[in-house]
Amino acid sequence: MLRFTLKRAVLMVFMLLGLLAITFTISHIAPSDPAALAAGPDANVEMIERYRVEYGLDRPVYEQFAIYLGRLLTGNWGKSIHTTRQVWDDLVEYFPNTVELVVFSIMIAIVLGVPLGVIAAVYQNRPIDHVIRILTVTGVAMPMFWLGLMAQLYFALHLGWFPLGGRIDMMTDPPGDITHLLMIDSLLRGEFGTFLEALHHIVLPAVALCFPALASIIRVNRAEMLETLKQDYIVNARAQGLTTFRIVAIYALKNAMLPTMAMIGLRFGWMLGGTVLVETVFDWPGIGLYAVQAAISSDFEPIMGATIVLGFFFMMTNLLIDIIYGILDPRVRDQV
Amino acid sequence: MTRPAAPLLSVRDLRLEFATFDGVYQAIDGISFDIAPGESIGIVGETGCGKSVTAKSIMGLLPSPPARVRAGEILFDGEDLLTVGENRLREIRGNDIAMIFQDPMTYLNPVFSVGTQLVDVIMAHQRGKPKSERMTKQEARDHAVDMLRKVNLPNPERQLESYPYQLSGGMRQRVLIAMALSGRPKLLIADEPTTALDVTIQAQILDLIDELRADFGLSVLMITHDLGVVASVCDRVVVMYAGQVVENASVERLFDHPAHPYTRGLLASVPHPGRPAASLSGIPGSLPNLLDPPSGCRFLGRCSLAGDDCLTRPVPVALADRHEAACWRAMEAASAGT
Repeated sequence: MLRFTLKRAVLMVFMLLGLLAITFTISHIAPSDPAALAAGPDANVEMIERYRVEYGLDRPVYEQFAIYLGRLLTGNWGKSIHTTRQVWDDLVEYFPNTVELVVFSIMIAIVLGVPLGVIAAVYQNRPIDHVIRILTVTGVAMPMFWLGLMAQLYFALHLGWFPLGGRIDMMTDPPGDITHLLMIDSLLRGEFGTFLEALHHIVLPAVALCFPALASIIRVNRAEMLETLKQDYIVNARAQGLTTFRIVAIYALKNAMLPTMAMIGLRFGWMLGGTVLVETVFDWPGIGLYAVQAAISSDFEPIMGATIVLGFFFMMTNLLIDIIYGILDPRVRDQV
Repeated sequence: MTRPAAPLLSVRDLRLEFATFDGVYQAIDGISFDIAPGESIGIVGETGCGKSVTAKSIMGLLPSPPARVRAGEILFDGEDLLTVGENRLREIRGNDIAMIFQDPMTYLNPVFSVGTQLVDVIMAHQRGKPKSERMTKQEARDHAVDMLRKVNLPNPERQLESYPYQLSGGMRQRVLIAMALSGRPKLLIADEPTTALDVTIQAQILDLIDELRADFGLSVLMITHDLGVVASVCDRVVVMYAGQVVENASVERLFDHPAHPYTRGLLASVPHPGRPAASLSGIPGSLPNLLDPPSGCRFLGRCSLAGDDCLTRPVPVALADRHEAACWRAMEAASAGT
């Protein structure tokens, strides 16, 4: 198992290098001359050249790439024009909010999606299956932002059960940063009031965000369960006198969870980068909102930073899924 | 006529059909046979004749729909398995009747270790018992090792940790047999347990079943299309054709005095050492369509002895002590051959 994990981790280093190479290339084929831009409109050729040397732009591309890597490793991720702060500091502030939202949301999707998928498979083509199918089709078809708006209208404005948006109330002091994850920090510092408030704020956006993932988890899990329940080893388990609950919830589900895990991983990665609509609707200070604002103002360094962080976490998710795969399926563990 | 002790399992006039898109498929049409305690019965017949369906209906493993029992009863120790309900059936499965299957490759769960699956089954058997007699998890584990030792699996302790994909076909079948016998059932149903295995492994598994049968005082219902298997492990043979029992006799009787033309055809198609290959003959034709079965003898179209009386359904006739055949010309056939 350790070897398996190490092997995956080593592979990840190479993938990460690939990602950096791509972001670096994109920044270099952008149709503008950074030296000319930095020197300003009135600069003459000599001044532009001086800037070129100063920024290292006259050196060969591979050298520039090495310098770029060095910069990233030492935490110098450049400066954002629109926030006028270091990109690294911005990312540390915004990204944890997105992580919190997405993790919370995917947890809802898993906790609801897996059992609903199982139920739909066990009661295939009976009324409960049809009800669940309506839910999944809706989840896939409904735009998240519209769902978010409707949820705001009804649950926040009409019923007043939840706040309209934001991370916590304006008047509340956030707990001191430990992990930068607000809910965890408030728990660590024992500020339960703040924790409940953060929880209160996260419910609506998390629910709105979870629907597409919920729908795909249900659908994949249902299909896999249907397939698994037809297998010979399920017949054998019945012939040996095991209870239906044990057969469905343990013998079949563990097999069906393999493809479902892959879907969960994909969805999680997709949600990390795709939260911007929900973040906009709920005024959630996350990385999606940050990156979009940067893109609107052609602010290059923050976009690069956000891309690298999202890519890194996407890979981490895949690594985690691979490890879970190895835990679930002994054949995968031994192959590597 | 000496009747043996009261049968352990008695299938009486079982009729079972499947509802399909094309119509009603009459898979089992009024079969009857008994298994005495400690007896080993073989059901033989070609693919599609209803052997496996019979076995699965005894275990209550046929999904319904599409399967539908039209008539008959399956008495086990005096209880009708067709009416006892799923909860009672679950107690019976493994504890009283156990089953092993054709392809050991696919009947073990790929993502659980052998030990986990075996202990799970043993623990499931504890539910029906009074609290004081139930095994603890540790005892169940010891019992699992015991069972693996009984089926001659090398290194039983270590095998508990292995996963099905790490075992060969023969080893898996041993694990499945250990699993099936772990609840000390009275009857073992073996649905073509050696078909998917190499010939040498086949012999080992058959020997093992025979050995365990003596050890455990088991009755065995062996489903097979291989008359060689029948000859080596069975006391009696039930020959099925197109959902009906065509002949029922002791092994010796069947091999020496086959009465039904179908049985004779089966025997004639078995290669023997010392018998020239040219003397082997197949049975021409194929099974009748069970969506719309013929009203007379179902073997009519393939039978060389057929005449006009075969248009009426034959009734089983006793030819000798405990030897019956459902054929109008059984006597003729029996005296013509041998």
